[in-house]
Amino acid sequence: MELANIEKLLEKYENAETTIAEEKELKNYFSNGSVAPHLEGYQAIFGYFSTSKNERYTKTIQLNSQKKSWKWLTVAASVVLLVSVYNGYENIQQRKAERVYAETIDALELLSTNLNKGNVAIAQLQRFEDTTNKIFKQPKK
Amino acid sequence: MKQSEFLKTVMPFKDKVFRVAKRLLVSTEEAEDATQELLFKLWRNKEKLKEYKSIEAFAMTMTKNYCFDRLKSKQASNLKLVHSNYKENNTSLDRQVELNDSVSKVHELIENLPEQQKLIIQLRDIEEYEFDEIAKMLNLKPTAIRVTLSRARKTIREQLLKQHKYGIS
Repeated sequence: MELANIEKLLEKYENAETTIAEEKELKNYFSNGSVAPHLEGYQAIFGYFSTSKNERYTKTIQLNSQKKSWKWLTVAASVVLLVSVYNGYENIQQRKAERVYAETIDALELLSTNLNKGNVAIAQLQRFEDTTNKIFKQPKK
Repeated sequence: MKQSEFLKTVMPFKDKVFRVAKRLLVSTEEAEDATQELLFKLWRNKEKLKEYKSIEAFAMTMTKNYCFDRLKSKQASNLKLVHSNYKENNTSLDRQVELNDSVSKVHELIENLPEQQKLIIQLRDIEEYEFDEIAKMLNLKPTAIRVTLSRARKTIREQLLKQHKYGIS
């Protein structure tokens, strides 16, 4: 393409009056090796535009949300919470029952020791009675 | 809309979404996240997509809004996006860019443009959309886009030539 034409296009380009087709012409011109020396600055600009267009999004597109798994996680967490609260409650109940049991045992033991004291006393009384019987109730024979 | 059908509609412009996001957000990782997020948003609203004349234009509008939101929240949290924070390693573009120093200079110059100019340069000069398409995407008048674009193109050329001259002298 003629140099004069390119210069005209460049002026239009800077005033943002070029069409897409004209801009493509410019890109083509500057991607060729032979560029007029005073226009070399533009080569970098249009070269940059062309290379930039080659950049690609290389990651795979993920359409299954991560948010869904969060939802499941919350469900799981609430289940775990419920179970642990229930277990804790059971534990407390059991410990309470054990304490009551231990207290009852203590009380019964106290009772039994006191009863045994009474028994000893009664045994002594029995001996006393036996001896009195020996002494006083023999003549009946 | 089934998954395969959706992918077929999305495939032609997913790279454009990615490139626009990268232009605005600078870092590749951020742009990848943004693309993933946007495609997923589209998929979730797949029933509504039929109402739009051009899904591609709609996707571009979403991309623009999403990226501007991201940038705003970045600024709010005082996390300024600085180019040097995001050193690109081994992308194909970068290797090509290194071949030509003045080409990477162009990249930097575009980087320093105001957001709106950056976006319009990307949409017009790289993605090659027509003015009325861009107008629809950005909800602006075509004349306003021409003005912004012209300003951006002139800035790039002036800055580049200035540096060119410094380089020589």
